[in-house]
Amino acid sequence: MRKFIFRILSVGTIPNHIAFIMDGNRRYAKKHNLWADDAAGHKAGFLALTSMLKYCYELGIKCVSIYAFSIDNFKRRPNEVQYVMDLMLEKIQGLLKEESIVQKYGARVYFRGNMTLLTEPIRVAAEKAMVATANNTGMMLFICVAYTSTDEIVHAIQESCNNKWVGIQEANGSIAWNQAIGDEEYQLEEKAIIKLRDIEKHMYMGVAPDPDILIRTSGECRLSNFQLWQTTYCLLYSPAVLWPEIGLRHLVRAVLDFQRHRSYLEKKKKQA
Amino acid sequence: MLFSLSLSISPTTLTSSPRFKFHSCPHVLPPTPKPPPPRLRASSQAHHVILHDNGTVAGAGAPVEENILPAGLRRESMPRHVALVMDGNRRWARIRGLPVGSGYEAGVRSLRSVVELCCKLGIRVLSVFAFSSENWFRPQAEVEFLMELFERGMRDEMGSLLRENIRISVIGDSSKLSRSLQELITRTEETTKTNCGLQLIVAVSYSGQYDIVQACQKIALKVKDGLIEPNDINESLIKQELETNCTEFPYPDLLIRTSGELRISNFLLWQLAYTELFFAQSLWPDFGEVEFLEALQAFQQRQRRYGGRDF
Repeated sequence: MRKFIFRILSVGTIPNHIAFIMDGNRRYAKKHNLWADDAAGHKAGFLALTSMLKYCYELGIKCVSIYAFSIDNFKRRPNEVQYVMDLMLEKIQGLLKEESIVQKYGARVYFRGNMTLLTEPIRVAAEKAMVATANNTGMMLFICVAYTSTDEIVHAIQESCNNKWVGIQEANGSIAWNQAIGDEEYQLEEKAIIKLRDIEKHMYMGVAPDPDILIRTSGECRLSNFQLWQTTYCLLYSPAVLWPEIGLRHLVRAVLDFQRHRSYLEKKKKQA
Repeated sequence: MLFSLSLSISPTTLTSSPRFKFHSCPHVLPPTPKPPPPRLRASSQAHHVILHDNGTVAGAGAPVEENILPAGLRRESMPRHVALVMDGNRRWARIRGLPVGSGYEAGVRSLRSVVELCCKLGIRVLSVFAFSSENWFRPQAEVEFLMELFERGMRDEMGSLLRENIRISVIGDSSKLSRSLQELITRTEETTKTNCGLQLIVAVSYSGQYDIVQACQKIALKVKDGLIEPNDINESLIKQELETNCTEFPYPDLLIRTSGELRISNFLLWQLAYTELFFAQSLWPDFGEVEFLEALQAFQQRQRRYGGRDF
């Protein structure tokens, strides 16, 4: 049945990149009285994630990004943060196993965010997973941890300035020479020191195409500092369902909506 | 200030399966008309009253009547800053068999009515996406019409801006605007800068990415001049250099986009990190008091957690 649905969807354009804000794990735990375990909702959320990745793979989506842990989430209760970190370490180590979903779908994994905010075991595990999957040519899976868009932009600007710093110092050093040949060229260079492409080059998500659809579950309709730069023309889809309860029908609706709006999206991208 | 952004999309897209979309997007207003809520009571003092978050009143010092807000709206959870993407003018005109210019003019009337509502409700800042960086690629005649409409509107509305105590700020790449328009903008900003009622921020020749790039360029010049090191660059520094530094409240609490389009389209990128997004199905010229109050009611029901606290 699923293959039949996907075949119908494939008649239209399949989105390149779907981004997920996996919201609603804690409300799910509360709804089902799973208070014994602080990470219960998150464990259920992980199962939903594996289903979604499977559907995306079968549908031929080339790139998936997920908002696994925001820098803002460090503000949560220490117990919950610790449980989520432990769960994350366990799941990252699981990615390296042969039977993992990542190996099954030939996905290449990228961890993106301010990794210095994470503990060493997680950083080491993430690095291993990236190396182990570096040659995979299937889906690209971006796992955003210790991530916010504003932090990503700050980092990109710092890197751009650092890179230009050498050029700036050289320009300063050769002022006399520049003035000898004419100030105008030097002035122009000075004014346009950092360009849009410089910033984009240094974004954590720089190697990924911009998302075509951003799906945020649980009915909340905000970006919460996720891929602000990359979602300028992205279709925003906010089903009321809690993340652990997301199903195939939500993905199908999102893709159908995308296909309906696609001609508009293409035109705006060309204009940009 | 008084013309609206309209994004081109074929009318067929609008009419395809609206029910399907509403089922999965509870925040999208359906187009069926509803009985209007009680209208805001006119008060001669409301225009000059600013409501603080704790309910106290600034400005004139006269007490605000308790029942000035429609039933259901709570003063303490009124958004301080509302942003608008005024989409749908051209579709509105096309549906009626009118020229595109009529759509924009109808959009102007809608904007005037929403500005008036914001003044009455004590909203501090209203930013409107009047003309995006990408709109320069529109047909030349349309761009010229919009620029003339903007210039004429700003000139004609000066008296009412002063009467209503509205402060105007214009953000965007003004270098692409005509000299006369640039001068008019400067004069209008200067004349209204001491007004302490609603601040109306008009984004013209603007995009969120442009705003970040220009902030970055200013920061890079400071690095070049040795005033700061690259490692000193942080979120606060960027916030100070964004063009929304013209206001005390640069981050919108609520963004409303009309005409059913579910995207941001490069408006206020950095500033929208935690903004509640509301997508209304009405075309902009049809967006009035009823629709605006419903958006505010929906906003007040949202739970804003900023990634943190439990329920």
